[in-house]
This record gives sequence, structure tokens and C-alpha cells, in this order.
Amino acid sequence: MLRPDRRPLWHLTAHDDAMAKRFLSDADGRVDLNRLADLRILDAPDDAMLGRSVLISSTRQLPAVLALLRLDGIARRVLLCPPDLASEHLAGILADGEVDTIVSDGTGPAGAPVSGLAFVRCVAEPASAAPLAAPLGAAAFDTEWLLLTSGTTGRPKLVVHSLASLTGPLNDGLTTAAAVWSTFYDVRRYGGLQILLRALLGGGCMVLSQSGEAVGDFLARAAAARVTHMSGTPSHWRGALMSGARTGLMPAYVRLSGEVADQAILDNLAAAFPLAQVAHAFASTEAGVAFDVRDGLAGFPATLIGGSGAAAELRVKDGSLRIRSGRTASRYLADGAALADADGFVDTGDMVERRGDRYHFIGRREGIINVGGQKVHPEEVEAVLNRHPAVRMARVRGRRSPIMGAIVVADVVLNDPASPDGFQAVSASILEACRATLPAHKVPTMLRQVPSLEISSSGKLARPAAGRRHA
Amino acid sequence: MEIRSEIVSEIQRIALQQRKTLRPLTDEVGLLECGLDSLCLAILVAALDDRLDLDPFGDDTQVPFPVTLGDFIRLYEHAAA
Repeated sequence: MLRPDRRPLWHLTAHDDAMAKRFLSDADGRVDLNRLADLRILDAPDDAMLGRSVLISSTRQLPAVLALLRLDGIARRVLLCPPDLASEHLAGILADGEVDTIVSDGTGPAGAPVSGLAFVRCVAEPASAAPLAAPLGAAAFDTEWLLLTSGTTGRPKLVVHSLASLTGPLNDGLTTAAAVWSTFYDVRRYGGLQILLRALLGGGCMVLSQSGEAVGDFLARAAAARVTHMSGTPSHWRGALMSGARTGLMPAYVRLSGEVADQAILDNLAAAFPLAQVAHAFASTEAGVAFDVRDGLAGFPATLIGGSGAAAELRVKDGSLRIRSGRTASRYLADGAALADADGFVDTGDMVERRGDRYHFIGRREGIINVGGQKVHPEEVEAVLNRHPAVRMARVRGRRSPIMGAIVVADVVLNDPASPDGFQAVSASILEACRATLPAHKVPTMLRQVPSLEISSSGKLARPAAGRRHA
Repeated sequence: MEIRSEIVSEIQRIALQQRKTLRPLTDEVGLLECGLDSLCLAILVAALDDRLDLDPFGDDTQVPFPVTLGDFIRLYEHAAA
């Protein structure tokens, strides 16, 4: 697909008169966007980068964003490499992306030169010393943006997007010049990249998160920068609600995506941020943004399914949500698997169920726990657990059983940690609530109190494979 | 004796939790006739694995499935020996 506008990202960013007030920041630095043209970002002239296939590697996000600004429209491909890519996958990713050049500040998964590939330094702290001319006014290449899928195991696949597919969802009235955006996501993942593009193209500012930074420190930075629009997964937000540092954060808009937003987290966020609109969006790296829901209720209106003429068309087939739109990625690289079916619909693998006039997400197809032939989605049980007033966060998973194949067990983080004796009473009350709403095979057979639950690098609740023990 | 009493007390705990009415727990009563259903039995096996560190079904060796409560208890006593 051709980009609707031949201008590269650099020029699309520098489009208004309010540049003096605009900035990008992370934990270690800040760049005023009106100084972009003075910055020396890459240690190579633009002609040397023309037509290259580039992997950008940095632990921090700010140097990577600056490199991206410089390279869009010049490079043939830009591979946005998240800082947590496992080292054993690097060679495969470089080969799949046909990468010929690494751009790095010396950190990240490809922070050191790789034999056979060009290595161009991007400066971690831009200096105004030897400015390069602004990139070409018109894009020389409709640069392919390569993103990694957030698959749970094995080598991630590379998904091909374009600036057009990535900016497709931005025309929804949210992207205002006054916005100071922030996200718990890394912008080298789809959910974070959406927010970055909203900030850059919409005329706003952005506070970037930083790998390894404590959630309290990040929220304090966001509050100090007067962030108005903030996004993250429900797991990110549960962590934020548990952090005292959210005091001072006064967002006008709170966005959830990446996991099922249950009613409990929506209500908790509405109570914590009474002035904010709390919205949840559905998107995936492959399918792009499908829709967002702003009425404060879990699930989405059934009227979204089957309609035509919308920016994203939705259908439900075999229980899973399918999406067709100009926002979907064009293909996987180096993988025979088709991204979309013959009609152009991407199967999201997210299972939905109609209840009244709304559809609700009940879980991932591959996450199903099979209890003696009866299917249980962890997320539907977690939604019930999370509704209990004592529960802050829950994780449900299968435990292998020689009798039933698997049984359902749950770990819970309580709002107020209980002693072992105290937990017995809380546990009985939680399980009672489960029995009131769930059939017996879905009720957790064991409930364990844990101090915290691991969140994966993509911001989602980490889900270990079913094991023998409840540990 | 210790294993027998652990098993019996776990059965009683699970029956209470799952709202099942138990028949007298004699050695001759069938496992699935004592009042527990197969989900309860699955919970029992997992609970005993945690409490006694015994999982006679978990090894790769084929275990003849116990029919009566007595068979079940002997299986665990054998695994502990």
C-alpha cells in the first residue's frame, strides 16, 4: 500500500507552529522537537542509508525514535527491535529481515557490530555540533516497518507494516495537539508505536517509558510532565493502581489494550481517575487497531460485528474475532503462513462470546484449559476473581491432572495481603463468588496468595505452561 | 496409617468445599461412588501431590486405575514405601 502522503515521518512530525513546546523524553533525556533539524542523529549521511534494511538497537527508546525519524522514507526497511529480544533469536531475525545495517547507540540486542553487516552509530545524546540537512522532502522509499510478533514461545515472526497502515487508526478524534502522551508499552511494539505516532503526527508530546525503570519512577515522570493521555495493558494499569506514585497523575484519557479489559479494572480506573475518559481498544500487531470502546463497559457492542463501511470490518467465525482493514499488516516475512484468509480477514485468535447486546472477550484460543473435555478460558475466570473486592489481580492457569487432563488453579494478589489464617477466610469468600457465577469445572480448585504476578515485556500477564505443581 | 488419615481428611475437606455428600468411607466403597465426582478426584490427586509429595499417577509407569477407596489408599501407601 502506498503511503497517503509522500512525506517522510520527519516532515509529518514537523508540521505545525507549536514545535517550540513539543518534546520527547525518556528517563535519561529530552529532545525538543523544534531542535530536531539541528540534531546529529546518525553517524552517516542520508545517502549512505538510502535503500538500506536497518535494525535499530538501543536499550533506551529515545535514541531509537530519533533514528526512526531519520530513516523513514530513506531506508527500504526499518526493523524496530525491542530491548528484550533474546540473544538466541538475533541471528534469525537479522536473516528474516534481510538486514544489512545495524543502527545502534551501542546498547540493546545488537549493540555490538555483527560480522558482514554495516554498523552505524546513533548518538545517544544528540549534539548540535554537525547538523545534517533535513531528510528529503518526499520519501525516496515507502519504508517497510518491521515489528516483532509478541508470540509467547519460540522465535518471533516479523510483521510488515507501512506508515499508512500504522497511521490508519489515528483519525478518531483523539489525536490533539495539546496532548502529552505516554504509554507503559515500549514504542517498538505495536501498542506503543501507535501512541508514538499519535504524539508525533498529532502535534503533541510524549513521555517514553524505560526498560528496567520502576513503575513508581515512571509514573512520577509522567505526572511531572503533565501527561494527559496514557495507555497500557490492564496488567500495567493494575500495577499502576498498586503504586503510590500515581498520585499527581491527572490524565484526561486512559486507554487499555493488549489484554482483556474486565469490568473490575475499568471501574477501578474510573474511580482512581474521575476526570478521565477510560477507554479500551482492541488491536494486534498483525490486525492493527480494530476499534475502541468508550462507554466504560467491558466487551463491545454487537453492532460492530458484520457492519460494512467501517474503517475496520469485524466478523466472528468459529468463535474468534476476525478483522479486515487497511490497518492490518501486509504480510509475515520469511514465513509461509498467510496473515489473512482469502477474504482478507485476519484471525486474531481472540475468542469472543455474545451476551445480550455485547460481545465479550473470553480468552485466547491457545490458552484454553481443557478440563476433562470442557474448555475453560483463563481470562473468563480471572474476570470473576478480579471482581472480588479483596482481589487486586489474578492469574488462572491449568495444572496437569492425570484424572481430568487439567484442572483450574489460580494465583491472586490481594489488595491487603493476608496472613495464612486470614487468607483461608478470604479464599473461601472468593471461591464462593466463583461458584455463584461459574460452572464447577471453571471454579479454581486451588487458590494461592502471591505477593505479585509477573508481567511480560509486552505488558501482558506472564502465562507459564501448565505444570504438575501449583507453583 | 498416616497416609490413610491424610487421604480421608482431604476427601472430607474437598467434599465440604464442593458441596458433596459422602457415603461412609470404607475400603470397599467405589471411588466414584463415595460421593466424589471425577473433578473432585482430580482435586484430591493434586492436593495429595502437594501435601505428601506423592503422585503415583504422574510417573510414566502405567498404574492400574484404583476402583475402590481401598485400592486408592494402597496405591499411595505403595508409592510412599
